[in-house]
Amino acid sequence: MDRIQSDYVLEMVGIKKEFAGVKALEDVNLRVKWGEVHALVGENGAGKSTLMKILSGMYPAGEYEGRIFIRGAEQSFRSLKDSEKTGMAIIFQELTLVKQMTVSENIFLGNEIARRGIVDWNNTYELTKRALREVRLELNPSTKVKNLGIGQQQLVEIAKAISKNAEILILDEPTAALTETESANLLQIVLELKKKGVTCIYISHKLSEVLQIADTITVLRDGRTIATESAENMSENKIISLMVGRELTQRFPRREHVPGPVILKVKDLTVHDPDVPDKVALRGISFEARQGEILGVAGLMGAGRTELATSIFGTYGRGISGEIFLDGKKLKPGTPREAIKSGLGYVSEDRKNNGLVLMMDIKNNVMLASYESVTKLKVINQNEVIRHSNHFVSSLRIKTPTLEQRVQNLSGGNQQKVVLSKWLMTNPKVLIMDEPTRGIDVGAKYEIYHIMNDLVKQRVSIIMISSELPEILGMSDRIIVMHEGRIVAEMAASEATQEKIMSYATGGMKRG
Amino acid sequence: MDKRKETGVQRETGRNTAGDPFVTAVLQSLRTNMREYTMVVLLVGIWLVFTYLTSGMFIEPRNLSNLFLQSVSVAVLAVGMVLVIVAGHIDLSVGSLVGLMGAIAGYLQVNMNMGTVPVIIITLAAGILVGIWQGYWIAYRGVSAFIVTLAGMMVFRGLVIRVTGGATISPMNHSFKEIGQGYLPKLISTSPINDSSALLGLAVIGLYVFWQIRLRKNRVKYGFEVPDRKLFGLRLAVTSLVIAFVFGIMTDYMGIPYAVLILMALTVLFNFVAEKTVFGRHIYAIGGNKEAARFSGINIRRTTMLLFIIMGALTAVSGIIFTARLNAAGASAGNLFELDAIAAAIIGGASTMGGEGSVYGAIIGALVMASIDNGLSLMNADASLQYAAKGLILLFAVWVDIASRKRAA
Ligand SMILES: Nc1ncnc2c1ncn2[C@@H]1O[C@H](COP(=O)(O)OP(=O)(O)OP(=O)(O)O)[C@@H](O)[C@H]1O
Ligand SMILES: [Mg+2]
Repeated sequence: MDRIQSDYVLEMVGIKKEFAGVKALEDVNLRVKWGEVHALVGENGAGKSTLMKILSGMYPAGEYEGRIFIRGAEQSFRSLKDSEKTGMAIIFQELTLVKQMTVSENIFLGNEIARRGIVDWNNTYELTKRALREVRLELNPSTKVKNLGIGQQQLVEIAKAISKNAEILILDEPTAALTETESANLLQIVLELKKKGVTCIYISHKLSEVLQIADTITVLRDGRTIATESAENMSENKIISLMVGRELTQRFPRREHVPGPVILKVKDLTVHDPDVPDKVALRGISFEARQGEILGVAGLMGAGRTELATSIFGTYGRGISGEIFLDGKKLKPGTPREAIKSGLGYVSEDRKNNGLVLMMDIKNNVMLASYESVTKLKVINQNEVIRHSNHFVSSLRIKTPTLEQRVQNLSGGNQQKVVLSKWLMTNPKVLIMDEPTRGIDVGAKYEIYHIMNDLVKQRVSIIMISSELPEILGMSDRIIVMHEGRIVAEMAASEATQEKIMSYATGGMKRG
Repeated sequence: MDKRKETGVQRETGRNTAGDPFVTAVLQSLRTNMREYTMVVLLVGIWLVFTYLTSGMFIEPRNLSNLFLQSVSVAVLAVGMVLVIVAGHIDLSVGSLVGLMGAIAGYLQVNMNMGTVPVIIITLAAGILVGIWQGYWIAYRGVSAFIVTLAGMMVFRGLVIRVTGGATISPMNHSFKEIGQGYLPKLISTSPINDSSALLGLAVIGLYVFWQIRLRKNRVKYGFEVPDRKLFGLRLAVTSLVIAFVFGIMTDYMGIPYAVLILMALTVLFNFVAEKTVFGRHIYAIGGNKEAARFSGINIRRTTMLLFIIMGALTAVSGIIFTARLNAAGASAGNLFELDAIAAAIIGGASTMGGEGSVYGAIIGALVMASIDNGLSLMNADASLQYAAKGLILLFAVWVDIASRKRAA
């Protein structure tokens, strides 16, 4: 075993990895200094997550080429447990908590505090509380994870890593699903850990975040290391051009839209929580969406934005009162089939649970909601299926070797593009997009904005729910703000500012 | 929308053409269809072992022909079972139902003197009714299929005993018996081989080749990527050979049994349903991710209901064939068939978690099961060994599947 100078706590040299004929990593080098926050950026499918799975032993030694050194010593991990022994902890892009188990059970899963095989619950609770305090999460350790929001689950994952006394912490897109406040909170926690001497590898598509906390930035493109630079020498534009290999002049391709007549009308909608019947999830919601406009929906996590979307779509709620009209036709609550038939589409925020069938291939996922449109006498015309799928793969630039690739083998961002294709395929009149650009790289975001503009031009009405205020401000024509299950403000985009939206969203201003 | 050329992106990524491109393409194709092939290899392996152990008796056309005939009842069940499993359900009642359907057919024909055609129609209707009953509880009342069909397994076995009075009902009419024992008749009665079966085999191969070529032409017309000419030819040749082998064996013995013909038709039909119809794709989606299916507006209840109705009808077909082959209906008919059918589907690549599986695979699985039964009884091994062998093969097959999938991932 040869030792290289130990300026670096971690080195990956000449890493190559291939999946059944697809080269995911061609030649990656990553050198991380002691105690720094090292950001890893790159387009969807560039190979970031794959690299981290190799580093953490998820892909065991022998399944890749190249060498890994931790504190100067060469490693060949065979499993996650092996890498944990060197003080490494990884939080995967797709959350890995067991939904049916409690917070403390999850935090100590695999590292149970036990004496002769019997779990010491008191101690477990104590330590859970301490770990939760470190991530500033006020939670009862015996809450079931399925009752937590995605943001809270992310923090539980971090608490889990902290409880392992990790010295090297890997975070794969930890803020993708978080609101601005939650993200800021998480970044603060990362900086605090850094002060305690923890080295951190941080993957994100949110470049402002990256510049804010990273000491060093490594850019990957198509499975190769393109650059490693100190953050001081970087700017958002420079990162983007390194990532995509070209200049991107404009972040939001705003176009003047000419709103037409009202197509969706929601009147006095009140919805109860299906799990807690007494709890009102939405109260007295009324609004209208017009043909050929983008209506932005802002609000904090838990404000009821997703609940609003899914109530209209028909997959959420009980004890529903109020009326919804789509193109003059009254929608019956609780019937997504009818809603889709009348021209409603819903790009869900949770692609893994209700957007995709992961084990099916790309073309079948694209067609999932619209087989009928390519069917004659109940038989599917495969040629049409391939034609449509090909069209979306190239127009949305879904990175895949074939249409037969299982969706579970795509990178996170490319999965999101498949979900989007599925709904574009239904030719909706009203398309609700719930966090449409979550986990998507800047280049692809730009393409999705373009697609939204094109849809609007074809008189589609888009309702865009987003936690990214720049996106809301950059793309919407009109904005509604939600707070605690109500609409608290409505404004034209021209009158909106980040501060104004935030103060409504936090309940600071009453509807006036 | 950005009008980049429809060729584009997906084709640029990693396609290494080191060495002979043809060999690479063949290997690539083998690798992507690894799971299907492992099961075929397993079947061929089992056949070789038995051929050796029985000093050639196993591989004789007479025995293989019988083997196919014996496998039909379970294979028909497996065709439906694989779809049920793909949808994320299970059906434990099919064994008892084969018994019940047989008993109904026997009772109608023997005790009530009904002709073969009305007996078949009424039995099929009974199967569909049972499917509606079970489908209703599963799809519309939300009781899990495991429970509903476990209950069915007991209830229907009880009914079998009631209908048969615990005794054996026989004999069936000649025309009924033919379904399970008869062979396709010769066209020219003096010809040395069964000429109609041979012609049918040739016709099937011809149709298959014609269909594939048309499909390929169509794809080319649409401007899609199609497999390399040589690879395509190879695939056609191999499949044609397999078809020729199967038909050849039976032609060489006494011709194609009607029962095998029915099975073949059902296999092709349900493979088509699974792959090419909306109903079929919805089954896969529901089993793969029920939430995503719901969010895509798929009518989960109706699809589930229809699925169990189909399963019910298939149990009737299976029961009819089984009764016809034995020329009798008995109280214990179909005992434990559900386990063979489930094992067949799983050996054929169905995932117990739902969302994966194929009809062709299930047929291979059913042949694996039947081969073990057949081979061991040729060797005069006792029943205990048969159960143990089948259990171990199931375990082994699933392990091979898991191991090969890990390597491919
Ligand atoms: N199990 C797999 N089988 C086949 N291909 C895979 C598999 N996992 C990843 N890939 C491919 O490897 C490439 C790199 O994927 P990876 O998930 O590392 O991208 P990423 O940089 O994390 O992207 P994102 O920002 O979208 O999360 C992609 O082209 C992906 O399709
Ligand atoms: Mg990733």
